[in-house]
Amino acid sequence: MLKNRTIAWSLLTPSAAWLILFFVLPMIGMLILSLRPDMRGGPFQLGWLPTVKHYQNIITGEVYLPLLWLSIKVAFGVAMAATLLAYPLAYFLVFHAGRRSSFLLTLAILPFWTSYLLRIIAWKTMLGSNGLVNNLLIYLGLVEEPVRILLYSRLAVIVTLVYVWLPFVALPIFASLHRINPSFLEAAAILGASPWRSFFKVTLPLSLPGVIAGFFMVFIPTVGEYITPMLVGGTRSTLYGNIIELYFGDGANWPLGSAMSVVMLAGVLLLALVISRLVDLRRLVG
Amino acid sequence: MSELPAAIELIDVWKRFDEHEAVRAINLAIPQGEFFSLLGPSGCGKTTTLRMIAGFEQPSEGVLRLLGQEIQNTPPHRRNVNMVFQNYALFPHLTVFENIAFGLKARRVSNQEIRRRVSESLEMVQLPGLEHRKPAQLSGGQQQRVALARALVNRPAVLLLDEPLGALDQKLRKEMQLELKRLQREVGITFVYVTHDQEEALTMSDRIAVMNQGRVLQTAEPRQIYDYPATRFVADFIGTTNFINGRIISTGNETASVELDGLGIVCMTMQEGLATGQSITLAIRPERLRLNKPSSQGQANQIEGILEEIIFIGNDTQYLVRFKNGVRFLVREQNQSPTERGASYQTGQPLQVTWSPAGANVLLE
Amino acid sequence: MQKRGAPFFAGYYILLLFALYLPIGILFLFSLNDGVVFAFPLKGLTTHWYRDMLRNAELLQAGMNSLQVAVASSLAATSLATTSAIALLRFQFKGKSPFIALALVPLLVPYIILGAALLVLFAILGVERSLWTVAVAHTIVSLPYALLVIMARMVGFDKHLEEAAQDLGATYVYTLRRVILPLIAPAILAAWLVAFTVSFDEFILASFLIGRRPTLPVYLLSQLRFANRFPQVIALTVLVMLASLSLVLLAQWLQRRGSAIPESDRSGQFARVPGFEDLAFQGEGSSEPHE
Repeated sequence: MLKNRTIAWSLLTPSAAWLILFFVLPMIGMLILSLRPDMRGGPFQLGWLPTVKHYQNIITGEVYLPLLWLSIKVAFGVAMAATLLAYPLAYFLVFHAGRRSSFLLTLAILPFWTSYLLRIIAWKTMLGSNGLVNNLLIYLGLVEEPVRILLYSRLAVIVTLVYVWLPFVALPIFASLHRINPSFLEAAAILGASPWRSFFKVTLPLSLPGVIAGFFMVFIPTVGEYITPMLVGGTRSTLYGNIIELYFGDGANWPLGSAMSVVMLAGVLLLALVISRLVDLRRLVG
Repeated sequence: MSELPAAIELIDVWKRFDEHEAVRAINLAIPQGEFFSLLGPSGCGKTTTLRMIAGFEQPSEGVLRLLGQEIQNTPPHRRNVNMVFQNYALFPHLTVFENIAFGLKARRVSNQEIRRRVSESLEMVQLPGLEHRKPAQLSGGQQQRVALARALVNRPAVLLLDEPLGALDQKLRKEMQLELKRLQREVGITFVYVTHDQEEALTMSDRIAVMNQGRVLQTAEPRQIYDYPATRFVADFIGTTNFINGRIISTGNETASVELDGLGIVCMTMQEGLATGQSITLAIRPERLRLNKPSSQGQANQIEGILEEIIFIGNDTQYLVRFKNGVRFLVREQNQSPTERGASYQTGQPLQVTWSPAGANVLLE
Repeated sequence: MQKRGAPFFAGYYILLLFALYLPIGILFLFSLNDGVVFAFPLKGLTTHWYRDMLRNAELLQAGMNSLQVAVASSLAATSLATTSAIALLRFQFKGKSPFIALALVPLLVPYIILGAALLVLFAILGVERSLWTVAVAHTIVSLPYALLVIMARMVGFDKHLEEAAQDLGATYVYTLRRVILPLIAPAILAAWLVAFTVSFDEFILASFLIGRRPTLPVYLLSQLRFANRFPQVIALTVLVMLASLSLVLLAQWLQRRGSAIPESDRSGQFARVPGFEDLAFQGEGSSEPHE
């Protein structure tokens, strides 16, 4: 460890300055903007009186909070499903795949390296009236006409998002399972634990940090998601993110959009905090 | 010798890390050409002392001299000392040649000179022909030699070695001990060697400083340290020692009488500073004790006890004897012939432990 | 380790792999299908979408724009991450934890919020939106990934190597050039690759901050409503996908071949994208990897 503060800070200052200018400052700017009554006079306008009316609007309005709650539920469901599906995958790779685990992992991750939009569009294609799923259903004689609710439904949004994020979640779970010392499991077996018991008492608790990480790596982007509802969800599947996007785009109500963003961010950070505390607690107990 | 400045001199050096005092008031003078060891348990401050000499740590207080020049404010890359690290710290991305040449290149020595000195030093550590290997392709012992060559090629005034043999197996370690000693004699460079292995220190060093809890407890030649440990810690850390408490009841010109707690009176060699009535601890090495059947009589000090355990360790046998006041002594005897002794005593048997008056050391404390 | 249930897991893996590749495979099929409607049955094999694409200047320009943004933002993010990682792991100074928190918090912020916030900032600063504003946003989101990749590598190598270099007479700059940078080069490459891919594929930030020249994802979305142009877009993304796959595999191969890293460290270095898990361990890794 060197103690030369001059070198240390000259190495760190560019990043710190960059982050303050392009991350901290915009966040503060957004917070301030959310207190502004309206956009009259453009972004430079000074002399307006701060107001909390947008926050009141969000809290008392009939649309915003229920929609946020819906977004959180969808994100939670997607993150949960992706994590549950990815866990056996990671488990297989670590404990059953032997020397090829690295290669097989790469193979499973590769779809994640393809375009995000393209993967969503792929599902649009699959679920469409003439898409693969309907084709298959008709071919099998299960239905006579294309099932239209496949596309443009909340289910379509969830399925698509699970598909998009699944490979990504496998990574942190893989890493945390990989780090488990095999002798722990051998010790559990020698001490008479059944495979299931040693899984629930040893493997799962030790891999929990990876599971939580994977969960949040999906939950956070998904909670603000607005493209997938736009492409495969149709009008009835609008989420909180779509409204934010609207207010910053064509709707042009930046102050309200800012207030909505602040509320959402507060919710996400609160949830992250709560879950990380819960996990820590469980670690202390167990 | 008295005209030459010491290779390394530490004057009242302290090192504090936050609240923790790693090194406390150390004074050392290491003459040029000496093989000097810092010996102590882990956390005793020996590595911190070495790192201060190298320049990786700054003393909180005190003066550090290299060949008479104060260096405590000189950065490591300008000190004419080199270090062999515990895990060698060979650069994994460079070949053996590039590793050894690193210091010379950093100092802008000419290419021709570099080639000459690198091959010279590879010869010195008996590794010619491996120039183009990467460290990962070498055995532990070979890596060790490359680390040595990398340091010695710069011809430092002092070579620092931080437990360099720790990663090697027992046999290779013994070999390298002799090799290091030979190398040191050949190049004549001052070696400062850090180890927690007392046997290693005794084998190689000209002098040893025994450290504990940040302090130097004793600095002396190996034989002196072994025969006359200055403190109970030194006696216990270097080899094995039996301790027994007592009180001086009379002193003479050559001998003094000591009453051991509940065990009677024994005789010991008189030393300066001893006075009647003083409480002392006697320290006696296991190999200076003898076992006898209870009946036998002799000049030496003798205490009766019960044989509790017999431990066979190859060349020697150790006997654990318990005295009636509860103190246990370890007695060590060499095995003369295969069947001779082992069977002659049995556990539970009463025996006498004897030693000559000169065999015990007095620890005041 | 229990080997029971191996066939079950293997079957699950194959099924999942099939599900993951099927939609991509279908798109690939459609890029070769002689028809503009995305529906079965297929109309017949053709490569004319690929030929059209190569003549579609707008599309190619969008690709170039994306390339430009990705190169700029990944270079910036990687340089910032490298210098920060060195400062954080090799120097002792106050203010480390706040900095690490600052650098990693963007991982917790949904892109839509960061995009909106930057939109506000640039409006207030009077900066016109362009490819550069997009690139700036991309550095913020790829910096934490790059930082974690490089820091993981630096925690992994013996810090005595730097001391050894200085002990041998090297100045700090010489040590940096000859020891530190060569040793973390694979991690820098990996970090750069991650940053590049994150940027190249990013849509949300880009759609908030883009000026008149679109990046590829933005252009792609705008073409959705023109059915007859869409197959070309798909053709291009298929090509991009193949290019990025070969880039990943190439980098992985290069690393396996040319590095002095012991076998044990290598597995999954590229596959491993660090995230919140590493965030949770920041206390251990960052403060004092001494001893």
